[in-house]
Amino acid sequence: MKHIEEAADFTASYPVFTPAMKATHTILIPDMLPWHFDLLVHVLRRAGYRVEVLHNEGRAVIDEGLKHVHNDTCFPALCVIGQYIDALKSGKYDPEHTAVLITQSGGGCRASNYIPLIRKALKAEFPAVPVLSLNFSGLEKGNSLRLSAADFLRLAYAIFYGDLIMTCFNQTKPYEKEAGSAARVRAQCVEQMKRALDGGAYRRFRRCAKDILDAFSALPVTGEKKIRVGIVGEIYVKYSPLGNSHLEEFLLSEGCEPVVPALMDFILYCVVNTVNDAKFYNKGKRTAWLFAIAYKWLYGKQKALIALMKKTRFAPLHDFGHLRRCADKVIHQGVKMGEGWLIPAEMTALAETGTENIVCAQPFGCLPNHIAGKGAVRAVKGLCPQANIVPVDYDPSATRVNQENRIKLMLATAKERARVQEKEPS
Amino acid sequence: MANYLGIDVGSTTVKLCVLNAARETLYTSYVRHYSRVRECVLEELEKIASFGASFHVCITGSAGLGIAQRARLPFVQEVQAAYGAIRQCYPDADAAVELGGEDAKIIFLTGGAEQRMNGSCAGGTGAFIDQMATLLDIPVPEMDALSLRAERVYPIASRCGVFAKSDIQPLLNQGANKADIAASIFQAVVDQTVSGLAQGRKIAGKVLFLGGPLYFLKGLRRAFVRTLRLDAEHAVFPENAPCFMALGAALAAAREKEEPLEALRARLAAAQGHSDITVGEPLFASQAEYDAFVARHIRSDLAFENVLTYRGDAYLGIDSGSTTTKLILITPDCKILYSHYQSNNGQPLDIVADKLREIYALIGDRIVIRGACVTGYGEDMLRAALKADFGVVETMAHFKAALYFNPDVDFIIDIGGQDIKCFKVKNHAVDSIMLNEACSSGCGSFIQTFAKAMGMEIGEFSRLGLFAKHPVELGSRCTVFMNSSVKQAQKEGASVEDISAGLSASIVKNAIYKVIRARTPEELGQHIVVQGGTFLNDAVLRSFEKETGKEVVRPAIAGLMGAFGAALYAKENTPAETLISGIVTEAELGAFGYSSRAVICKGCTAHCSVNILTFADGRRFVSGNKCERGAGLPAARHAADLYAYKYEKLYALPQERKPSARGTVGLPVQLAMFEQLPLWTAFFETCGFFVTFSEKSSRELYFRGQHTVASDTACYPAKLLHGHIESLLDKNVDFIFYPCESYNIDEHDSVNHYNCPVVAYYPELLRANNERLTKENFIAPYLDLNDERSAVRALHRALKGWGLSAPLIRRALRAGFAAHAAFHADVVAEGRRILEEARRAGRHTVVLAGRPYHADPEINHGIGKLLNALGVAVLSEDAVFEEGEQVRVNVLNQWTYHARLYRAAEFASRQTDVDLVQLVSFGCGIDAITTDEVRAILERRGKLYTQIKIDEINNLGVVKIRLRSMLAAIEELGRKS
Repeated sequence: MKHIEEAADFTASYPVFTPAMKATHTILIPDMLPWHFDLLVHVLRRAGYRVEVLHNEGRAVIDEGLKHVHNDTCFPALCVIGQYIDALKSGKYDPEHTAVLITQSGGGCRASNYIPLIRKALKAEFPAVPVLSLNFSGLEKGNSLRLSAADFLRLAYAIFYGDLIMTCFNQTKPYEKEAGSAARVRAQCVEQMKRALDGGAYRRFRRCAKDILDAFSALPVTGEKKIRVGIVGEIYVKYSPLGNSHLEEFLLSEGCEPVVPALMDFILYCVVNTVNDAKFYNKGKRTAWLFAIAYKWLYGKQKALIALMKKTRFAPLHDFGHLRRCADKVIHQGVKMGEGWLIPAEMTALAETGTENIVCAQPFGCLPNHIAGKGAVRAVKGLCPQANIVPVDYDPSATRVNQENRIKLMLATAKERARVQEKEPS
Repeated sequence: MANYLGIDVGSTTVKLCVLNAARETLYTSYVRHYSRVRECVLEELEKIASFGASFHVCITGSAGLGIAQRARLPFVQEVQAAYGAIRQCYPDADAAVELGGEDAKIIFLTGGAEQRMNGSCAGGTGAFIDQMATLLDIPVPEMDALSLRAERVYPIASRCGVFAKSDIQPLLNQGANKADIAASIFQAVVDQTVSGLAQGRKIAGKVLFLGGPLYFLKGLRRAFVRTLRLDAEHAVFPENAPCFMALGAALAAAREKEEPLEALRARLAAAQGHSDITVGEPLFASQAEYDAFVARHIRSDLAFENVLTYRGDAYLGIDSGSTTTKLILITPDCKILYSHYQSNNGQPLDIVADKLREIYALIGDRIVIRGACVTGYGEDMLRAALKADFGVVETMAHFKAALYFNPDVDFIIDIGGQDIKCFKVKNHAVDSIMLNEACSSGCGSFIQTFAKAMGMEIGEFSRLGLFAKHPVELGSRCTVFMNSSVKQAQKEGASVEDISAGLSASIVKNAIYKVIRARTPEELGQHIVVQGGTFLNDAVLRSFEKETGKEVVRPAIAGLMGAFGAALYAKENTPAETLISGIVTEAELGAFGYSSRAVICKGCTAHCSVNILTFADGRRFVSGNKCERGAGLPAARHAADLYAYKYEKLYALPQERKPSARGTVGLPVQLAMFEQLPLWTAFFETCGFFVTFSEKSSRELYFRGQHTVASDTACYPAKLLHGHIESLLDKNVDFIFYPCESYNIDEHDSVNHYNCPVVAYYPELLRANNERLTKENFIAPYLDLNDERSAVRALHRALKGWGLSAPLIRRALRAGFAAHAAFHADVVAEGRRILEEARRAGRHTVVLAGRPYHADPEINHGIGKLLNALGVAVLSEDAVFEEGEQVRVNVLNQWTYHARLYRAAEFASRQTDVDLVQLVSFGCGIDAITTDEVRAILERRGKLYTQIKIDEINNLGVVKIRLRSMLAAIEELGRKS
């Protein structure tokens, strides 16, 4: 904006997170990926922030969300705001000494507007609670987390470790011989990685990764064949059990193996989009090189992880370079709002590697998903005719029966195919 | 060996099928379960004892899922069951369409087997048909029979029952033929299935039609067969269609182990509902509490006067609402002489005429009606038909009535059959008006529909809720969703009492948190008057008091408040010298009659569907028209509608075809391209191409592209675009040009200048879902028009087959920008002219603020014309935003089109004679964010905020009421200040 100082001001005042609050305030963050967040929070605590992940669930959370958010706003905003308000009302937190944190991508999707929505919601009942932003776009200056370069590095490693633990767990849990053993190892690994992040050992990346792989490899498994179901879609409902009505658990209970792509892929997707903007439109050339370096570094780490996994019985993570090539087959990498081209890329990569059955999870009426989710299904099927994709809308009022029935239809087709394949082994 | 048993438990019915070992059908049954699912299955099982003591059993169906899980019985997904049955019975079928109570499915068997099911927000199912029959107040079979006699089909939205209602109700009120409406409903179901489910795949070859509705309803069958162009040989309606899924389940049972019938019944009986449902507090703790509540509300009653003995003047108020008709006759001191409240059953005019006769008979010559006033949806029609003295917009009528009961009233909420109206009152004038949107109308008619579905009268049903022990929490979003919440609660074993109380609470929560959007009950006010028929329901009233924590006033005539307000209006406005009302006399009523006829107006390109009522005395009344032409009047001489101006000017852009043209390029006239038409037309003409546009939008054009729509919940402009693409393909252009633009043109007044995701990337979706589009005939480069170098590079690459040099592209792009600027300057100038002229004439001006592409009359449905007809000049946001100050708002201001809204609002907020109406496309997620900000800007400066939601609904009845209310409130505010 050119003349911002002359602009007519229609903003309402809101509390700011002052540096002094770091010592006095508890920062609440919404639940999205339980095990990743455990590690991430650990890093933030190390950096001196008193952070807590919310785990509250149930109708009360949704009701608070419905009360405080516009009807047509997306479901993730509703869940997140519902969790905050419900938690603040629980009496567990002193509203005078509590702040809330949310990530902000700054893209063209309305998710970038969660912060003002949260502020509005809090203003009505908890006017003293400041909202903090975690972003890389320079938004909300003075109201975002301040982290050192080393802490950002730790966060990156934490995500890699989280991805690895999640992937190994998902590939072990359905086949474990001893019930509960996979969950036990997962908890152990998380604790071990916390210690590694503390001591600086996290930089011995291969060592840490190998420890995780070894721990899971040591578990006895049945070796039976189960139907693998990929989960792609909008970032929050893809991962958050609150958002997707415990989709992973449901798939496990149906005797399937859930295949959940890594969180790091989304981070890489965001980084690459900035690089692409410079390439396509000469936009932001001054900072693009920084993102290009970050991309190279992160991608290098991911490839190292994949190389390690290939030596074990675990199916490796997606190679991000491969994901980009998959994207190019169905959509343009210019589709960069929301989860954009990453969704069809993941669908294609999954279908090509034997995970033909895919749930595309999206909030009801999600704008980018019109294009990249539902809109791209036909193109993916054109490329991989065996792909068996079901788009599922998540919404505060859609009944679980309705969602599960659609997923069951997809599974019925999957099981039918599995039966046919068994009969005529090709 | 044992026989096979398939049980299909759907959302409304239970179906059984028994097969013998040779797969021959021995027995089938089909019954409605009225939500008593488990009991019903058990009863049905008793009837099959003669087929064996044990069975191989398998359950299917949407409601069967939970039962099977709890009873630990085998389950097969219903589409899979159907698939199995089809392969058994009709191995040569190519496709199957199955409609159930709440689901719609398509199965493709040949050419790549595929099974599809409707999304969570899709109407077009059995429940939708039931709902519509309730609306028409006829049983479903009668609706079916009527539909076969239809003469024309009206466009009706079938995506959602609420939408369809908003299309149908006005048709009914205008006196359209029920037979035509019935056929239109079936056609809507067909369109929904074909477009929403098939999504581009052709339903052809031998097609099976399955499920209850398609078995029982001939009209629906006919609509399907005609739309899919099938002959008798290729359209198969199996005799066992209703039980087809049960048959499939029985076939699937062959894989399961045998189970004694007794054990089966015991398991089902033991499968108690586990309580997954949340419950709230009872409405009343005791009878005493209820009695006190009743006694308190009795105080707000009006006195009666005996109509048979009273002598003197009287005033008549008529409220022709969406679902009910209300009449009231009062004395000058506001005592009730006569009142009537009745469901419309479709013909408000007949009802009112009938009741007028009754009134005349009662009053004899003792009582003189000095004034009569009409309000509500049917206002215009009734006023014309009955020659009433006054008409008043319903919001004002309700306000007048509430003032009578509490002069200090600061908040009024009216929940009627189909709409919710709320007014905030400041200084004895309406300060703001909130009406429910098309999608969140959790209103009275919902309880009524549900009561009927339970086989109960509304009064009885709601009384049951008063003393419910554990009212169920049902959510508060929309009636369609509530519908499935209710079903789920029933499946979980909630009682009718609990559901009744839960529904009342839902309606109240919906009104408070979604329509009024109050964050806390305190925001409502201190002196609240509640009214509307729905509040006569004590359970709703009590829920409202509990939720707000306030004691409110509910007049005993809550359902008649509109009519009462109209009568008061007549009383206040009848001049002293007028001794008798001009309303039709008893004698005239004797000869009263009318005929109705539907025609397409040919006055202009809008082609409105108009309805002409011709009265016995030769007078005519035209409805459904948007401008004077439809009513047979000459068009207004000075059109002051910038929307229409822009649209016409756009279509005049392309030049004549030159023989030397390099080729023909087609530009689709919607979304991002809409505003950039001048730019790309000049660009391609400079490059030596002939430029042609897609056809002007219409409902037909939408239907032409509907089969390629991938996401049903996208906004209407986006869905309409599919038709534009078809139109260009049919024109045989060499290629269609439609770039993807993450970034719009930077207007330097926002943090960023994005397009919304749908506007930015829709070409990707078109390419992926329309098989006629290829790399050659659809050119969609990624561009950022703010950077000439990269834009030229991208265009050069995209158009490389056409031999254009980079310098030529650069020159053409500059010419494009010049044309773009010139077009914009012209729009701004025309806007100024309109505003100045309106000011000279002392007329009011409204800035219709939406997106550039809302200028398409198929998108805005001629709201501009409507405003002109109401005497208001119309500007568009792009013509005025540059006159507004730069603004700072609470939200991230990062979209070009949306930044204009804020500045246009800032501009309007500083003008005394200009107001702003925001046009919002249904499903626009970004406007969920902008509307609050636009409202804040206007209200901070004391202006009214009005929002109009637009979708494919082509009916302006509600919009008209909203706009008239706004104008009345503005006038009132002006008078006060």
